[in-house]
Amino acid sequence: MDLFEYQARDLFEAHGVPVLAGAVATTPEEAQRAAEKIGGKVVVKAQVKIGGRGKAGGVKLAENPADTFEKAKAILGMDIKGHTVHKVMIAAAAPIESEYYLAILLDRAARSFLVMASVSGGMDIEEVAHKTPEKLAKVHIDPNDGISKEKALDIVRKGGFPSDVENGVADVLVTLWKTFQNSDATLVEVNPLVKTADGRIIALDGKVTLDDNAAFRHPDHEALIDQAATNPLEALAKEKDLNYVKLEGEVGVIGNGAGLVMSTLDVVAYAGEKFGGVKPANFLDIGGGASAQVMADGLSIILGDPAVKSVFVNVFGGITACDAVASGIVQALTMLGDKAIKPIVVRLDGNNVLEGRRILNEANHPLVQQLDTMDGAAAKAAELAAK
Amino acid sequence: MEQPQKLQNWRRNNMAIFLNDNTKVIVQGMTGSEGTKHTRRMIASGTKIVGGVTPGKGGQVVEIEGTSLPVFNTVAEAVDATGANASVIFVPPKFAKSAVIDAIDAHVPLIVVITEGIPVHDTASFFAYAQKIGKSRIIGPNCPGLISPGKSNIGITPADITGPGKIGLVSKSGTLTYQMMYELRDIGFTTAVGIGGDPVIGTTHIDCLKAFQDDPETEAIVMIGEIGGDAEERAAAFIKEYVTKPVVGYVAGFTAPEGKTMGHAGAIVSGSSGTAEAKKVALEAAGVRVGKTPSETATLLRSILKG
Repeated sequence: MDLFEYQARDLFEAHGVPVLAGAVATTPEEAQRAAEKIGGKVVVKAQVKIGGRGKAGGVKLAENPADTFEKAKAILGMDIKGHTVHKVMIAAAAPIESEYYLAILLDRAARSFLVMASVSGGMDIEEVAHKTPEKLAKVHIDPNDGISKEKALDIVRKGGFPSDVENGVADVLVTLWKTFQNSDATLVEVNPLVKTADGRIIALDGKVTLDDNAAFRHPDHEALIDQAATNPLEALAKEKDLNYVKLEGEVGVIGNGAGLVMSTLDVVAYAGEKFGGVKPANFLDIGGGASAQVMADGLSIILGDPAVKSVFVNVFGGITACDAVASGIVQALTMLGDKAIKPIVVRLDGNNVLEGRRILNEANHPLVQQLDTMDGAAAKAAELAAK
Repeated sequence: MEQPQKLQNWRRNNMAIFLNDNTKVIVQGMTGSEGTKHTRRMIASGTKIVGGVTPGKGGQVVEIEGTSLPVFNTVAEAVDATGANASVIFVPPKFAKSAVIDAIDAHVPLIVVITEGIPVHDTASFFAYAQKIGKSRIIGPNCPGLISPGKSNIGITPADITGPGKIGLVSKSGTLTYQMMYELRDIGFTTAVGIGGDPVIGTTHIDCLKAFQDDPETEAIVMIGEIGGDAEERAAAFIKEYVTKPVVGYVAGFTAPEGKTMGHAGAIVSGSSGTAEAKKVALEAAGVRVGKTPSETATLLRSILKG
């Protein structure tokens, strides 16, 4: 899960990373009140989970609370690269002397953690890495050792930071590591990290990604989910503990195992090229060892999607038994009754396949047809969706 | 007459990577419902299961599939008593890290982590620890394990899809492994390894490609990848440099949108990195023929084997 800037700011503050006073607002009135509380000049910043908001006009300096009202009014509701601005952050303005960059992230290739530090902050770090790699220090961190003050100082020196800020930046790095580790983050990035005119080191903007697998030990992370951006079908699927992603097409897809379902989406899209560009409507993985109930829940959600014109159930029974899948399909259709009106193409193979096929043949539901191969079934589902 | 018999035995024991029919396996989490279910299946498919580990239940004996299996409190005790040289882990995410560390501390050479949903900080931590101790290979997490049909099956791969043969397979995905084994069931496999769909995994495509290249019985290799990270790109570079056996590839996730996790924790396109297209291009540049669908991939492999 990616956090908004204001959420990252709060997380930083809770772990001792130095930040400026800030508050989030959803209306110009709220923004004005926040500016009154903070006092002096403030910066009004659009809260969107995408880069380039400054260039898009989503960050503005406000002279006073009344001006904050106007600036917030202009920014709220703005569209930035397809993201509507629903919230703004009101942050204290600071006289900036220098801008740096600091990040800790999961390095998948190295199967370890990586610190990136640079004195060239405030710009796109990939550009820095590309154009002036010597200005970007990259240091791997043993997950079991973490970042001590000594290690942090070593990294800061490698990054070529001026000696007068070495100590301050190293302190920030140690608190950033605490943030990273204690919140099970896969990314904490501060860009820019600034030195103010009065010599303070402050995290001015932050990006944080949290590991969803670690949610069980962070009950507080649930409150950080952006409910407004969650698709209603995705929310419904989540309630049922189903792994579902809404896509833009017309063929509903259900399968078992993430890899097979991704592959099914691709095969449907290829098949769809022959039928006017029909595409998959969703990703839905019912997982290993799925019961009839899980299959029924999944099918109900997909049949409830108005964009879906046909459904493709593609199961290779490993642990999942094909008879359970077949029973789930029959159960869902019985439950839905007259509400089920979309054709369903089923391809079953593997564990208990004969029993699965027998159950579907016996039910003889007019909406269901079985095909033997994944490619053939995908073509049939695409054809039906194009009608 | 004795020599050929010896040779035959050697082949029986070595025609596979990472495991053979002498591999003695303990099951961590054997007394849980998943652990019990899959212990039964593994025994039924010929795996030598020699015991289980559940902290606090040491001293018990459980009867599974007609075999009496001792339960131990720690992996070290289990290894001492049984001579186990592999462990398979079925414990829930919350307890997985301590289970893996227990196995690393006992110097188990092969640790297969089936558990899905382990926080990546935990995996990074036990992987770093395993590297430091230097005695264990970890496969997974979030994987189906590995099977050498007819010899040993560690994990949850269905054993009845196909038999022994000359193909080696490595895949991030379980069900795509099964699908591909099914497509090529008439040829059979030396070993099929599911390396797992998490962002950090103990054994990579490259590790498996190297092992298959070095395995005299493997004649051709199927490599299955999916969106996320750059493991396939690095595997492609490795193939170019090291692998002389024919390799066919398949990559899942061409239609996956940016920024969405597709089932596996590691399956995510971030910005322009981790796309299926980039992986396909890299593999093809390394001379690997990449199928558009699983069945086309199987067809490519057949045509290569026919030469």
